[in-house]
Amino acid sequence: MDAPLLRFERVSKRYPAPARGAAQPAALAGLDLEIARGELLTLLGPSGSGKTTTLMLLAGFETPDSGRILLEGRDIARLPAHKRGIGVVFQSYALFPHMTVAENVGFPLEARNVPRGERAARVARALDMVRLPEYGDRRPAQLSGGQQQRVALARAMVFEPPIVLLDEPLGALDKALREEMQHEIRVLHQRLGLTMMYVTHDQSEALTLSDRIAVLAGGALRQVAAPRDLYDEPADAFVAGFVGENNSLPARVVSMADGVARCALEGIGTMPARAVGPLAAGGPCVLMVRPERLVLDAPEGLPAQLAEALFQGDHVRLRLVLPGGAEVIAKRPVGEAALPAPGAAVTLGWAAGDARAFRAEGPAR
Amino acid sequence: MTSRRTALLLIAPLLVGLLVGFVAPIGAFLWRAIADDEVAAVLPRTLAALRGWDGATPPDGAFVALAEDLREARAQDAATGAGGIARAAARLNAEWPGMRSLLPATGRRVTTPGEERAKILSASAEWDTGAPWRAIRSAGGPFTAYRLLATLDLRRDAAGDIVPTPEEQRIWRGILLRTLWISLSATLLCLLLGYPLAWLIATAPARAQPWLLGAVLLPFWTSLIVRTAAWMVLLQKEGIVNAALLRLGLLDAPLPLLMNRFAVLVAMVHILLPFMVLPIAAALRSMDPALPRAAASLGAGRLRIFLRVLLPLSLPGVGAGCLLVFIQALGFYVTPALLGGPNDQMLAWFIGFHANRLVDWGMAAALSVLLLGAVALVIGLYGRLVGFDRVRTA
Repeated sequence: MDAPLLRFERVSKRYPAPARGAAQPAALAGLDLEIARGELLTLLGPSGSGKTTTLMLLAGFETPDSGRILLEGRDIARLPAHKRGIGVVFQSYALFPHMTVAENVGFPLEARNVPRGERAARVARALDMVRLPEYGDRRPAQLSGGQQQRVALARAMVFEPPIVLLDEPLGALDKALREEMQHEIRVLHQRLGLTMMYVTHDQSEALTLSDRIAVLAGGALRQVAAPRDLYDEPADAFVAGFVGENNSLPARVVSMADGVARCALEGIGTMPARAVGPLAAGGPCVLMVRPERLVLDAPEGLPAQLAEALFQGDHVRLRLVLPGGAEVIAKRPVGEAALPAPGAAVTLGWAAGDARAFRAEGPAR
Repeated sequence: MTSRRTALLLIAPLLVGLLVGFVAPIGAFLWRAIADDEVAAVLPRTLAALRGWDGATPPDGAFVALAEDLREARAQDAATGAGGIARAAARLNAEWPGMRSLLPATGRRVTTPGEERAKILSASAEWDTGAPWRAIRSAGGPFTAYRLLATLDLRRDAAGDIVPTPEEQRIWRGILLRTLWISLSATLLCLLLGYPLAWLIATAPARAQPWLLGAVLLPFWTSLIVRTAAWMVLLQKEGIVNAALLRLGLLDAPLPLLMNRFAVLVAMVHILLPFMVLPIAAALRSMDPALPRAAASLGAGRLRIFLRVLLPLSLPGVGAGCLLVFIQALGFYVTPALLGGPNDQMLAWFIGFHANRLVDWGMAAALSVLLLGAVALVIGLYGRLVGFDRVRTA
């Protein structure tokens, strides 16, 4: 593999405290991250996780307190924004309202003193690419949200930047349009071989779009992996809970054998789960199982009562209550034969490889 | 429909008040700019006798009528002290120089009836020519454009054509130009100082904005005269500015900071600055804060961001600010009067001078019309060039 296109090296940033004496946690604490050429990497995390700070540092709107940001081997961490040549698509689109669509898309070329004739040709090509060839003379206010989004994309790509940053670009669109735009971004990414860094808090969007996903929490990187690996092999309880749906049950490790922990759920029973990270027998752990991996008629398992069955179209969502009141969600395909009726007692089970036991930790810092 | 009628009824007192207290008095005052009744009030018979006259040799009847008119007017002036003859003479002097003294002098010759023609001619042989009679006829009213023409340094010649006044008598065009120039200078200085200030306010943290806006509005807490007087204290020969400069050894002798254009502009800019800052700050604040960042990410340096993004988007605010400042500056009176020298007085000062000192309300009204016309022209130009739909105020 080539040298990475972009590399964050121990990048830290702390914003000044809003009031004297108030402790301000680091917005970013020693981030190490690499992006390969042609990759679509998503920064995923809840608000305050440091994903927007990462984007601001990369775009040049903020300066890191320490660390290096290497773009094609050059440290750009202290370069002003307009000298970085990085395309940015903003959440609000940030189209210039007083310019036409063509002038908006031509703006980065104008700033680079591209001759008028060449500029027009490249603007036309960029508008073709986002399927808005006829809209050059319109004003941004005359376009729909999705169209404005595409103009913003064309504007961020037209000067052929090494990397395009997208800051929650689909947040303002409705669901159908969002899916259409996800597809469009995906197609552009593949057809042009663009390197993209995509920031979102929407885990399903991240799973759909990305080559790789970087999960951030509390200013620290938790895991970087392809969507499938992230879903199947989360590195810690936070990632397991944030990406995709998961049932989370507090438990205690009884014994460890071959990477499988036997976990005791207080007053309910004991179940096996694959251990992730260092776990010690006798210590607390968090047991996590995906709703679609749960079995309702296991030969041995946890006694539970079906509280509710919700028809969801393509699947049925089951709400189960364990002794002691903890709730568990299970999903079953619609076609499946005999679903127990609400109120029925079931035996909840799973294969040892389908559940994970994580070291217990507090909620995301 | 009924709700609209109710709304109209509710604001009717306001409209009536506006009409009675604002439109009517101003209209009545401006009316004096074209009203021409001084001569008609004193010489009604003469004007009647001159009706249908060919303008060449004066008709005999006119001499008799003039004598009768003057006798009656003298009696009335003596009884009431109204000064009708003096006012008519002053008015006639504008038509035919020399009438200011000739009319009262003629009046003194015709105290008794009989031999009117000889008596009048004994006052001046000019009465035998058509000229003074033509002056009386053209000043006979009821309307005249001579004052309005005079404010543009124009007049009617003997043939009734509009011609420029002789070079040495021209004053108003120069004063109008001076007024426009001072207002323009004050507007540009306000823009130069106000734009960065507005930018500072618009980009300040939300907590600081009320304080900064308050600081801009602070001058409104005192009256305009107090603010102007404060500048007199600061700028006078023994004032703080001169004293500080002398103490620091930057000067050997105090600078003449008062009674000149500099002092007028300093105080005008100080007084008018908020009217520039507020609309520009409003325009800048209504802008998406991501826009300058977007421009930077697209490769634009500070200058390009300002010229291509910030300036065009704040232009409605700039236009509104300039309009507000310029129009107010056109009517400035107290500040130039207190801080300026004789060559820094603006139109408003001359309006006051005519109204208070010369008691020539007609000319004061005509100059007011000139000022009003200048304002209307500026607003019209602005509407044509920028468009009123783009005006955005705070």
